[in-house]
Amino acid sequence: MTLDIVQMVLVTVLAAATPLILAGIGELVAERSGVLNLGVEGMMIFGAAVSFAVAVQTGSTLLGALAGAGAGLLLAALFGILTVGLAANQVASGLSLTILGLGLSGLVGANYVGMKRDPAPHLSLPGLTDLPGIGRLLFGQDAFVYTAIALVAAVSWFLWRTRAGLTLRAIGDDHVATHALGLKVRKVRFLSVLFGGACAGLGGAYLALAYTPFWSPGMTAGRGWIALALVVFASWRPLRVAAGALLFGGATVLQLHAQAAGLGLPGQFLSALPYLATILALVLLSLGQRHGGSLAPASLGRVFTPSR
Amino acid sequence: MRLDLVPRTRRSPVLDILSPALAFVAAVLIGGLAVAGLGVSPGEAFVTYFVTPLSEIWSLQEIALKAAPLALIATGLAFCYRANLWNIGAEGQFVVGGLAGGWVGVATHGTGGFTLWILPAMLFAGTLAGAAYAMIPAVLKVRLGVSEILTSLMLVYVAQLLLDYMVRGPLRDPAGYNFPQSVGFDGAARLPYLMEGETLHAGVVIAFLAVVLATVVLARTLFGFEVRVVGASPRAARFAGFSDARLTLAVFAISGGAAGLAGIVEVAGKIGQLQPEISPGYGFTAIIVAFLGRLSPPGILIAALVIALTTIGGEGAQIDLKLPLDLTRAFQGLLLGLVLGADVFAGYHVRLVPGGPSGRAIS
Repeated sequence: MTLDIVQMVLVTVLAAATPLILAGIGELVAERSGVLNLGVEGMMIFGAAVSFAVAVQTGSTLLGALAGAGAGLLLAALFGILTVGLAANQVASGLSLTILGLGLSGLVGANYVGMKRDPAPHLSLPGLTDLPGIGRLLFGQDAFVYTAIALVAAVSWFLWRTRAGLTLRAIGDDHVATHALGLKVRKVRFLSVLFGGACAGLGGAYLALAYTPFWSPGMTAGRGWIALALVVFASWRPLRVAAGALLFGGATVLQLHAQAAGLGLPGQFLSALPYLATILALVLLSLGQRHGGSLAPASLGRVFTPSR
Repeated sequence: MRLDLVPRTRRSPVLDILSPALAFVAAVLIGGLAVAGLGVSPGEAFVTYFVTPLSEIWSLQEIALKAAPLALIATGLAFCYRANLWNIGAEGQFVVGGLAGGWVGVATHGTGGFTLWILPAMLFAGTLAGAAYAMIPAVLKVRLGVSEILTSLMLVYVAQLLLDYMVRGPLRDPAGYNFPQSVGFDGAARLPYLMEGETLHAGVVIAFLAVVLATVVLARTLFGFEVRVVGASPRAARFAGFSDARLTLAVFAISGGAAGLAGIVEVAGKIGQLQPEISPGYGFTAIIVAFLGRLSPPGILIAALVIALTTIGGEGAQIDLKLPLDLTRAFQGLLLGLVLGADVFAGYHVRLVPGGPSGRAIS
């Protein structure tokens, strides 16, 4: 009995963590290549709106999810052209992407407000899913959750076990030297940005198709920004992004339970907790690193124009 | 085919001014396509967005009233952005400024006798609160190296929730039938109107004076010079002995204070009481305004008026043409992106070179 309650809590924590894992792992790859894309929130919410619209129109969750990823990819391509191609300021371009994404999501989603869909189907393996205590947690999730976990493993493998991953990290650390070595700095960065956009869009699709299977304006509620903070918090390491996302997921669930239980604390205070926790996490991380120097990719956020 | 960017030895002054204008034209053209896609005649939409608001006294006043907070916030942000510091939490500083100043207004409700001090006290409290709120990311940045981008943004959500709590709780009007709003401010706690029977209030003057002051400070003082040098060349600034930490704190205080002042100007001007929401996203829109105005106060003033025009036009388009308000937001985001993209032409010679991989051959 108690085991089942623990499992139930863990399932909800994993569900709350999944959009953060998806968006965070994509942003991690972009930042490892040296590009800081602050437009995660915009790509995420545009992905959410498009995925829901497509899923309603086609009746297919899969097509919806793919469309969500595609929507994120499209916005990321705009960002890539601006920052990688035209050497525009990355911070400001990212902000413009967020504003654009919020506006576009409202346009796309306008006709779908108030509609509801069945949430994405959960895995059901006879025997395994019904295992007491761990069955639902391990074998009863939806495809988004498994995709997120697989992406973390794949990115981790790619960045540290393949030559292309080494190239990507090297470019993020020193674009001048890698360019002199003949590596294609702008191409790698552009592709990394695209990957980040697709992941953010998929994270948004998860929100609109599985987590709360409807569309509402502003439904990402700052998750894109929290994903950005997670990447810093995780010192640009994939497994730590997943761990951090689970921590934040836990904090979110805790806050919801506390709100339901009515601890006498104002609801607004509890709602502010994830944001305050993010700041606290960043502070603690900095305190821990004071003597170790920054772990960020050395070229992160710096404009690159190839010399001739 | 590849894209080559060759840095200009000097930024082109002509393109510096021309590129935002070109970006604006491009954004209008793309916006026209989007409008046509939504089944509305682009010509009609253009008139509704950009011409109708300019043709009536009341809408001209609305433009000025919207442009005032935008110009005020963006002018403060220009100091930050010029120094390569990224305060993107102006929305939160705006809210906190409105809350703190409004609190004074609520506390002095019904005061008799000498009341001339109330309005200045409100403006002061708002400015101070905004600046203090901006000190949180600034101090964390200076002391611990925490990214000011993320902390300032997170504090926006916290500020909005704080205002929501205060208005529904301690500051709620006890005689207000449980509506989540404070008492209406006394006359002494409101910004005076500039003309009898019109909506234009003194906040517009405050914003204009702030822009003038900022122009002078940036162009004519050592501090302004410091800000510009740090932005243009951090290395040179260090050699000149300018303190990074002090400058960070200063520009955050300026931008936070300006946003806080804008907040209380909005509360004591247009709104006249505290409500759960006091900003239609001014703090974020101001970021667009700052860049559209090329981070120079006079440019920002013009940009604020343009953005205010599109916002008022957007409201008109929603009513007259049933075009969604999100279209305006998407337009503004697109505009910022295009402005940033067009900026490349002022700083670089842009060449499309046919064929071949990136030519890094020794030449």
